[in-house]
Amino acid sequence: MKPILECRRLTKRYGSFFALSDLTLTLERGQIVGLLGPNGSGKTTLIKLINGLLVPTDGYIAVDGCAPGVETKKIVSYLPDQDCLGDQMRVREAVSLYTDFYSDFSTERAKKMLDALEIDGSLRLGALSKGTKEKVQLILVMSRDARLYVLDEPIGGVDPAARDYILRTILTNYNEEATVLISTHLISDIENVLDHVLFLKEGRLVMNETVDEIRTRYGKSVDALFREVFRC
Amino acid sequence: MPWDLDNERPIYLQLMERIQQDIVSGVYKPGDKIPSVRDLALDAAVNPNTMQKALSELERSGLVYSQRTSGRFITEDAGMLKELKRKLASEHIQTFFQKMRQLGFSDNETLNIIQEVIKGENV
Repeated sequence: MKPILECRRLTKRYGSFFALSDLTLTLERGQIVGLLGPNGSGKTTLIKLINGLLVPTDGYIAVDGCAPGVETKKIVSYLPDQDCLGDQMRVREAVSLYTDFYSDFSTERAKKMLDALEIDGSLRLGALSKGTKEKVQLILVMSRDARLYVLDEPIGGVDPAARDYILRTILTNYNEEATVLISTHLISDIENVLDHVLFLKEGRLVMNETVDEIRTRYGKSVDALFREVFRC
Repeated sequence: MPWDLDNERPIYLQLMERIQQDIVSGVYKPGDKIPSVRDLALDAAVNPNTMQKALSELERSGLVYSQRTSGRFITEDAGMLKELKRKLASEHIQTFFQKMRQLGFSDNETLNIIQEVIKGENV
């Protein structure tokens, strides 16, 4: 079986600025992977390349063996780092939009999660708080039976209790064959749910290890190691 | 309620310790079926692969065994459970002595203090 994500010497350049350079990386199935790095280290660039929103300057990228495009969008569930739904849309309209759009979308699962969080389907997205809107988007993304989930900062704007719920949502809904790639700054909050972490620094991959390898080798948490590697 | 895990040591080791603790303290009885990897991982709020590793290690030690179709069970080997209890006890005691040494007490002094404390409680 092909790896769910494969990058070889992947490079994205803007003029003379390298947003990503020479990134070589393989993600296996059935893992939850943290994509970590300071601001401007290339996390969102990589995520946009995976989703076909950017075109590489150089190198190779494949999702389940295919170049990002129509076919890969069927199997990749993507949570962007900003609002992607109009404020005028009601929550239940967003659900039916996703139902129409993605054949792997489970309307039932989405409704169950919205109920659990007591989010009223008749509300317009513009009327929701920032945190609630983020929850709605995450519910939509996690209600798909995708093979790769790409979550760009899924817990940035929500309170700690909701963060726990979101992590549980991720743990409950991903199946053992699927891979979840999560970018975040809030490492200590999600460290325990990760298999692997990737550290990006100035567009380069500087670390690719399991959480327990890091703890065994350095005797410290990923969060503490991150603070050391990226000390300002 | 996520399990209380510290930040320095490998997560799978801490999961193993927690399950051993639960076996010794009777949360799980000999021969009990333990919950699935997925349910345990969800309960602990940890990665399912990490939980899987912890259970595999416990299986290797013989403390739990798996039956192909029906899941994982706690060993019924009373000797092994007794051995585990002793091992955990001696670990606690070693940590305790270490802390007392850091406070400047020799092991003999510590033993005396322990006896005084026990007597004190009996009065």
